[in-house]
Amino acid sequence: MATKNNIGPRRLVVGAHYGVKDWLAQRITAIVMAIYTVILLVSFLTGQNFTYEGWAGLFAAQWFKLFSLVTFLGLYYHAWVGIRDIWMDYVKSAGLRLFLMLATIFWLLACAAWTVQILWSV
Amino acid sequence: MSEAVREAKQKGRPEFRNIGITDITGKYRMPPSAIVSILHRISGAGLFLALPFLLYLFQQSLLSESSFGYFAGIVSHPLAKLVLLGLSWAYLHHFVAGIRHLFMDNHFALDKDAAQSTARWVLIISLALTLLVGLKLFGVF
Repeated sequence: MATKNNIGPRRLVVGAHYGVKDWLAQRITAIVMAIYTVILLVSFLTGQNFTYEGWAGLFAAQWFKLFSLVTFLGLYYHAWVGIRDIWMDYVKSAGLRLFLMLATIFWLLACAAWTVQILWSV
Repeated sequence: MSEAVREAKQKGRPEFRNIGITDITGKYRMPPSAIVSILHRISGAGLFLALPFLLYLFQQSLLSESSFGYFAGIVSHPLAKLVLLGLSWAYLHHFVAGIRHLFMDNHFALDKDAAQSTARWVLIISLALTLLVGLKLFGVF
């Protein structure tokens, strides 16, 4: 039905699926983060003698670096969806809302670059 | 709304119009699911705001042996431990409430009673996990 109404003056003005994409992305990133959380939580709770060697050693492995990066990037996408929802719910002024959304995007992009720097410093 | 429902007004029930924050926090009796929901939002926003602090600590912990010592110094301060304990609760609440969300997305526990019961469990489990992290953080085990 949607494909039929997608072109011209009679196109569907709702149901452009913008929301669904973000909704799904938020869920998928949540699953990735949940797995990462369980790994870190278990190693924190069962670990003894928290040392630099042990901690940095975990992040020295390439697979864990990449897993960490994917998780953090997922976190930033997840945070974008959530924070955008907050701005949309509470900020009535369109100008201020646009400013806050852009600030959120730039800040999360900066966080992503910072994360790459941190992970590859080990 | 049908006429029948509109006319059968419940006696003695408070009515809320143009609700504001004081109605929600002071007059409503929020069900467990509502408490979990608003805490999910607050904890998420708090974690977002705490990102620079957490990334800074993360960086110090990994950069070098000496920066790790600096990190350990910050984290060993009781005040920092309290802040980290608060953030741990925020993270764990968001985590457990999020898992409830994922189950509900897949049509589990959607009816009224089940939803309130799982919401209660979210509050209990996240506090229990925070307690566990806190005991570890303050060196009990």
